[in-house]
Amino acid sequence: MSEVPRFWRESRHRYRLVGTRCPKCDTLYFPPRVICPSCRRESVGKMVEEEMSGEGEIFSFTVVHDGLEQFKMQIPYIMAIIKMKEGPLVTGQVVDCSPEEIKIGTKVTATLRRVRAEGKEGIIQYGYKFTVTP
Amino acid sequence: MRDVYILGVGSTKFGELWDSSLRELASEAGLKAIMDAGVYAEDVDALYGANTSGGQFVDQEQIAALIADYSGITELNIPSIRIEAGSASGGAALMQAYLAVKSGQYDTVVVGGVEKMTDVPSEVATEIIGGSLDAEWETFFGATECSIAAMIARRHEFEGSAKRSNYAVFPVIAHKHASMNDTSHFRNVIKIEDVINASTVSDPLTVFDNAPISDGASALVISADHKKISNAAHPIRIKSSSAANDFLSLHDRSKIDTFKAVRKSTSSALKAANLEIGKIDGIEIHDSYSIASLIQIEELFGKDAKKMTEGDDFYYNSSNPLNVSGGLKAHGNPLGTSGLYQAVEATIQLRGKAGQRQIKDPRNYLIHNMGGLGTTSVSTVIGVD
Amino acid sequence: MSSIVSYGSYVPRFRIRAEEIAKEWGENPENIKSGLFIHSKSVPGPDEDVLTISAEAAKNALRRTSLDKKKIGAIYVGSESHPYAVKPTSSILVEALGLSYDIHSADYEFACKAGTAAMQNVMAMVDSGQIENGIAIGADTSQGAPGDALEYSASAGGTAYIIGKNGFADFNATLSFTTDTPDFWRREGEKYPSHGGRFTGEPAYFKHVLTAAKKMMERVSTKPEDYDYAVFHQPNGKFPTRAAKMLGFKDEQVKDGLLTPYIGNTYSSSMMIGLSAILDKAESGDRILGIAFGSGAGSDAFDITVNDRIKSFKRKNAAGVMEQVNRPIWIDYATYVKYRGKIIMRGA
Repeated sequence: MSEVPRFWRESRHRYRLVGTRCPKCDTLYFPPRVICPSCRRESVGKMVEEEMSGEGEIFSFTVVHDGLEQFKMQIPYIMAIIKMKEGPLVTGQVVDCSPEEIKIGTKVTATLRRVRAEGKEGIIQYGYKFTVTP
Repeated sequence: MRDVYILGVGSTKFGELWDSSLRELASEAGLKAIMDAGVYAEDVDALYGANTSGGQFVDQEQIAALIADYSGITELNIPSIRIEAGSASGGAALMQAYLAVKSGQYDTVVVGGVEKMTDVPSEVATEIIGGSLDAEWETFFGATECSIAAMIARRHEFEGSAKRSNYAVFPVIAHKHASMNDTSHFRNVIKIEDVINASTVSDPLTVFDNAPISDGASALVISADHKKISNAAHPIRIKSSSAANDFLSLHDRSKIDTFKAVRKSTSSALKAANLEIGKIDGIEIHDSYSIASLIQIEELFGKDAKKMTEGDDFYYNSSNPLNVSGGLKAHGNPLGTSGLYQAVEATIQLRGKAGQRQIKDPRNYLIHNMGGLGTTSVSTVIGVD
Repeated sequence: MSSIVSYGSYVPRFRIRAEEIAKEWGENPENIKSGLFIHSKSVPGPDEDVLTISAEAAKNALRRTSLDKKKIGAIYVGSESHPYAVKPTSSILVEALGLSYDIHSADYEFACKAGTAAMQNVMAMVDSGQIENGIAIGADTSQGAPGDALEYSASAGGTAYIIGKNGFADFNATLSFTTDTPDFWRREGEKYPSHGGRFTGEPAYFKHVLTAAKKMMERVSTKPEDYDYAVFHQPNGKFPTRAAKMLGFKDEQVKDGLLTPYIGNTYSSSMMIGLSAILDKAESGDRILGIAFGSGAGSDAFDITVNDRIKSFKRKNAAGVMEQVNRPIWIDYATYVKYRGKIIMRGA
C-alpha cells in the first residue's frame, strides 16, 4: 500500500528546508508551523514560507547501532540535532563520515539524499541529510 | 470535594509472556484488582483502559471494549473508554479515573493498563516505540526513541551537567530492586560496569540503559464510596494528580536536556497534595532510559540531584527510595501499563506489604509517568491519611 | 550564441581501488592500472542516486551565480540510471532546486552522451529565444556486472551547466554525429549492461569521437594547437589518451580534463565533468574542444571560448572537481557490493 500523499505534501520542506516565519515576532520555525507558538492567533494566516541556507552545526548527536529497519544499509548511522544558521534545531542524519570526524559544534551542510523507499516498487522519499562542511 | 481511595490493585507478571494474549493479561490484572478491593462487577460504574499501541502491536484498537468484554462485564453495559498518551497512558488513565470519581460522576471505577509487545519482532517494536516521536520530522529521518535519549545524554555531558556514571547508576538500582520483586521481568543484579560496557544501542546508551520490551497488565479499583472504603482492607488515598506537556519533538524545545513538563507536573501535584518533596517517602519515576531518570531526578531535586546519584540514596533501605518496584528498567516496560504498575507498587508499599523490598514506614508516595522523553508528564501523589 | 552562465559538479566521496576489485576476481591489478589506466573509481553512497547527485551538482552551479532561479526556463537531465523507469528525475529537481513551475523539463537517455544532448537542447532554446536560461545535467550511478571489466570503471557523478546569454564561456559551435552501432546496451528490466568487448573500441568510440572532432575543427577552421584544452568522453583512461594522440593533441591539453583514472567513468557526466575540471582553472581567452560519446552510438562536439566575464565569476562559491576528487573515503569490495545492491537481501 502506498502512502504517497503524506510524503508528497512535505516535499518542498524536506528537499529545501523550507520553514515558516512569523511576521509578528520574526521567529523562523522548522518544521513549518501554521500557528506561531508565541504569537498564536495573531500569526494565523500570516506565517510566511522561507527557505533555509542548509548551513548549521551539530548541537548533539548519537551513533545508532540498533536502528530502524529502513536504514539497515547504513547501520551504524549518525543521528544528530543540527542548530541551523537561521536558528531552528533540525533532527537529521549526518552521512559520508565516521563518528570520529564529528563533535558538538562541527559545521555541517544540508545535502539531498534518499531517506526512505517503499520497497523496491514503491515511491522513493527524498529529504535532507547533513555532511561535514569541508 | 470528596476523597478518592485505591481499594484494590492487581498485576500480572511482566516479561516475555509467550502464552498470554493481550485480552488474557488485561482480564487477569482486572480480576485480581477487583478481588483485592473486595468488590464485584456490579459495583463498578466505569472502566478506563490504558494502552499505547495495541493497534500496531496486535492490530487491536477499541482496547477498553475488549477488556470489558473478556472480563465478562459487557452485560452490565458500563462505559469503557481507552486513554492514550504514549507511554504515559497508564498515568493519564489513572488521572482521568481519579477526576471522574472525584467529580462525583462515578463512585467506583476500574482503571487498567495493558500492553502486549512481544507478538512482533524486536525491530518492529523499536519502530512502534518510535511512535511517540514526531513521525514526519524525527522518525522519518531515522530517529529511534533511544537515539533521542542518547542525544539528551550527549548534550547533558557536553554542558558539564553530568558524567556517564551519574546516569549509568539508575539501571543498577533498578535491577537490585527488581531482584526482590517476583513479578519482575528481570531478577538479576548488575554492576555499573555492566551498564557501560554492554552492547551499544545509540551511543553512549547501551542495552542496559534501555528499559526492555515487555508484556504485562496492571489494574486498580478506585472509589469514593464510604461503605466500600470502610470495607476495604487497606484503602490508600489518591492525594493529587497533575499533568503537563512539552513540545512533542526535542528539537522544538529551548533546552534539550531539561524536562519542563516534569518540573511543572510534579510541583503542581505536590502543591495540590500540600506536600514538599522532602515529605515524600518513596518515588517511582519513568526510567525508560537511564538518562531520562537523571533528568527527572534533576527536575525533582535540583542541585542535589547529581550528588545523590553518587551515593546510595536511592536504594529501598536508604533516604530517598527510588523505583523500589524495579522500575520500567528491570520490572519491565509494557508501555501503557507502566504508570499503573507504579501505582500498584506505591499501594503495596503504603500497605506495608512489599516484603523483602519494603521501605520503612512510608506515608506518601510520588509516582511520575512520562510519554515520550518529557513530552507528557503525569504526576500522582498517593498516601495514607 | 549561447554561453555557460554557471556550472557545478558532484562526485560521491566513496571510492574503491582497482586492487580491491582485482583481488576478488583473480586479476592482476597492474593490468587494469596500466592497461585501462584506472586506479580507482567513485561509488555512490547507499542513499545516493541520479536525483541526489544531479541536485548537488545543480546546487553547486547555483551557488556560483546570482542568477534569479525564476529565470531558468528549462531543466533537462541526461542519464542511463534514472531512479525511476517511469517518473522523471527532472520534475523532482524542479522542486528540489526551488525552480519556477513554469519550466520545460524532461529526462534524456543516450548512454553516456545524454547529458551533452541536454546541453545542446538548452543551447538551442536559448539561441531561439524561447528561454533565457536553462539547466542541462548529466549524471549517473552506472552499474557493471560483478567480475566484468566494467566493474573497474562504472562509477558515479554528475555535472550541471546553466546555459544562457552573457555567460563567461561562449559556445562557438556544436555538432553531432550519429550511427547505429551496437557496442553497449542494457535491455529493459536488466540490472547490468552488456557490451561488445573489443567492438566498443575502433568501430564505436574511436570512429565517432574522431569523426566528430575532425568535423568540428573543419567547421570552425581550427587545428589542435589552437586549443588550450581538449576533453573527451573517457570510459577508461586509455581511450581518450589515444584519441587525443591520434588527433594530434598533446598531454598538456588533455591532462586537466582526464578524471577517469581517479574517479572512473561517470557516464553521462564523463566529458561534462572533465570540462568542469578545466573550467575550474581556465582563464579568459582559453579555447576548449569537448567531445562526448554515447554508445549506440553518437558523439556531441563543442567548441568553447572563455571570455572576460570569467574574472568576476564566483568559482570559489562551490567545491571544484579536484577538491572533491581529493576527499575520498576508501571502501572495500564487501562494502562496495552492499552499497551497490549486489547482494541478495531479504524481501528483495
